Amino acid sequence: MNPIKFDPKAAPVNFLLTGVGGQGTILASNVIAEVGIGAGLDAKQAEVHGMSQRGGSVTSQVRWAPKVFSPLIAKGDSDILIAFEKLEAVRFIDYIKPGGLALINDHCIAPITVSAGNAEYPDDQTIHATIARYTSNAYWVQGQKIALELGNPRVTNVVLLGALSAFITLPEEQWLQAIARRVPEKHLALNKKAFEMGRKEIQFSQNP
Amino acid sequence: MKRLLSGNEAVAHGAWVAGVAVASAYPGTPSTEILEHFARFPGVYAEWAPNEKVALDVAIGAAYAGRRALATMKHVGVNVAADALFYAAMSGIEAGLVLVSADDPAMHSSQNEQDNRQYAKFARIPCLEPSDSQQAKDLTIAAYDLSEQFDTPVLLRMTTRLCHTSTLVEVSETRLPPPGPKPYPRNYEKYVDIPANARKRHLVIEQRIRDLCEHAETFPFNTVEMKSNRLGIVTAGVAAQYAREVFPEASILHLGMSYPLPRKLIKEFAKKVEKLIVLEELDPFIESELRLMGIDLFEGVDSLSDTRMPNAKSIFPITGELDPGIVRFCAEKAGLLEPPTTHRPAAVDLNLPVRPPVLCPGCPHRSTFYLLNKLKVPVNGDIGCYSLGVIAPLNAIHTIGAMGSSIAVAHGAAVAGDSERHVAVIGDSTFFHTGVPALMNVAYNQSNVITIIMDNRVTGMTGHQENPGTGKTLQGKETCEVDIEALVRSIGIDLVKTVSAYDVAAIEKTLKEWMKLDKPAVLITKEECALLPSARQRYYPLEVNTEICNGCTICFRIGCPAISKSEQLHEVYKRPLAKIDPSLCTGCEICAQVCPRNAILFRQQAKEKREQAEVKK
Ligand SMILES: Cc1ncc(C[n+]2csc(CCOP(=O)(O)OP(=O)(O)O)c2C)c(N)n1
Ligand code: SF4
Repeated sequence: MNPIKFDPKAAPVNFLLTGVGGQGTILASNVIAEVGIGAGLDAKQAEVHGMSQRGGSVTSQVRWAPKVFSPLIAKGDSDILIAFEKLEAVRFIDYIKPGGLALINDHCIAPITVSAGNAEYPDDQTIHATIARYTSNAYWVQGQKIALELGNPRVTNVVLLGALSAFITLPEEQWLQAIARRVPEKHLALNKKAFEMGRKEIQFSQNP
Repeated sequence: MKRLLSGNEAVAHGAWVAGVAVASAYPGTPSTEILEHFARFPGVYAEWAPNEKVALDVAIGAAYAGRRALATMKHVGVNVAADALFYAAMSGIEAGLVLVSADDPAMHSSQNEQDNRQYAKFARIPCLEPSDSQQAKDLTIAAYDLSEQFDTPVLLRMTTRLCHTSTLVEVSETRLPPPGPKPYPRNYEKYVDIPANARKRHLVIEQRIRDLCEHAETFPFNTVEMKSNRLGIVTAGVAAQYAREVFPEASILHLGMSYPLPRKLIKEFAKKVEKLIVLEELDPFIESELRLMGIDLFEGVDSLSDTRMPNAKSIFPITGELDPGIVRFCAEKAGLLEPPTTHRPAAVDLNLPVRPPVLCPGCPHRSTFYLLNKLKVPVNGDIGCYSLGVIAPLNAIHTIGAMGSSIAVAHGAAVAGDSERHVAVIGDSTFFHTGVPALMNVAYNQSNVITIIMDNRVTGMTGHQENPGTGKTLQGKETCEVDIEALVRSIGIDLVKTVSAYDVAAIEKTLKEWMKLDKPAVLITKEECALLPSARQRYYPLEVNTEICNGCTICFRIGCPAISKSEQLHEVYKRPLAKIDPSLCTGCEICAQVCPRNAILFRQQAKEKREQAEVKK
């Protein structure tokens, strides 16, 4: 299959990353920002951490353009949404441009409100239907599953980066270099593997 | 070379380049990383102080001694340090002194969104506002020159967005040589702030702000970019980025110094444009100054804001954080921009479960809140991870104000004659911050407050910094540590006890006994924060014995993210049994202790069970 590609040299790209504290959302957004810089663009990467570290929602935004002003993306202006958790994908789906790309890790982490029995996690049908109202260009990636198969759920974020890279017209090498700059030497081989697996997921995938 | 740096890294880098020799701070989101980064540079002294007042006094002391100095804190920290700020504003310094205030529009992790530019005006000192990381570096350097040229502390105002956004910065390899030693000043009239001297100094600092006003006219970071003359925008800080993004055609006066203002520059700019607006986050700080100067501001086609109100702000909101979407929306409403022809997304109309932050699995604070909830006493809380004891299902805190307030607020209720016994809960770092004087007051005036000092051996909430109780410095060097129990005894409280924070029975027994005694008491619940590397080594997941569990839900009441309802229902009661996620459970055994049926295996039991299973295999 041949996914629609983003050419950052032709038009600015806005990324919104969402997840749960501890999933590596921020590291992923650091890598994306580095890749943009490596491609000769300006980039800004904005994150909010603080209370979000204790299992709360975490978001991060990256913008690529020849010159970036605002570090923040307006609602409805994100070209790409990368969600590390399904509920967080729905929570922030209104940031996406109509028809924008949604890359979603097919994984559920129940918030305390749900596990304590005070709220209900939306079912898959509702999640899919809600996302479809904003974009038909949604890809579900088995990030968590792949990472577990590789023996470390912590590389889920890099699996998603691999998947993302398949949508962007930049050489794979630039992604791997940026990852190498951000992850410790001893975990590099595993991260590279995770990246490759994620990239293949999209290259050979049947969805959306 | 250009590198992506967060605003905090850029301030640290700028301070190093400027030859700052001494930096002192108390952690506080979003400011914390400034000092953590600064401490890694060669040839500098950096320390965690127990609170912001001490940090600023230390920086002032270094600046009096002729060394460039830095104090960093979150916005509410400046309230704590304000007394020091005001005398330093009066005295001036011998070498550059910069106070970084990291404000938090939108209150991402704070109790208010006060706009600390007001402190600059209040104390008669200049305020610089960067708008990205490059400016964070450049303005930090400029702040030191300004400080020395005008003999004044300088307020560098950051915000969460700037602190935690990474943008490209030209990094320098070399730094200015720190000023050499000079004799300690014996300038009685300048540095001894007694009334006779202060009366003279007040005249000096009023003149200083007038001189700074003049200087602002040519300050290189106050810049004008003329484009269309239809609309002119006066802006500062990160809002300058939104101005350029949303109004690509407008002329912009971007103020790197938002106090005091360049009056001539602004008046000339105002004359050149048909409509003038101010775009700034939070308070109408610049806007009010412009109104005082008699400048006509465009207020929008049908503005609802009454500009005579003291907090009047036209067009843009006075609360929360701006973003390009909000700026555009307000500008459309004011008639400054055409409404968009493209679609504006509808909000997600599902009632999604919220995802509040929670105490981590294995958090040593959990047991205490479970018990306080059970005891149904009024609890005066404080600020730290343990503030999360307010969240369901623990629901065990009834007031939270500012750091260190818990103990005195509880004392206030006690001396007011409240019929219930009050418990104050406070973390170790918060106790050292401002809890100690309040506890001294409880002892001195003998109220019956029960204080629980939750000693998790670290300043947790802000990302695990060392403090005077941990035995390590900012650089991780060994040092002495506060003996909390001895300290409490020394101020006159003899009912004091230290227990393991994981020992549910011991905490319960002690609290129940003390409830019967009418005197001040202090319980120290001690156990390392579960995220510390040494604690992680002890992780050992527990499990539920599904033959014994009957789905009574008591273990859910401790609010542990590792425990959830399983799919399996109890045969008779048809209630879901408890389930423990082994990837989250640390084996703290709090759940095992509260389970009335002993259905949760303790570490030792789980170990034996697993060993037996191994043998069978
Ligand atoms: C005046 C002030 N300074 C700093 C902060 C930031 N802050 C919030 S919680 C906290 C640390 C609390 O540490 P501790 O009392 O040890 O509790 P823990 O988080 O470890 O449970 C700090 C520094 C603040 N809210 N107010
Ligand atoms: S970081 Fe430590 S103190 Fe804070 S909630 Fe987690 S375990 Fe508790």
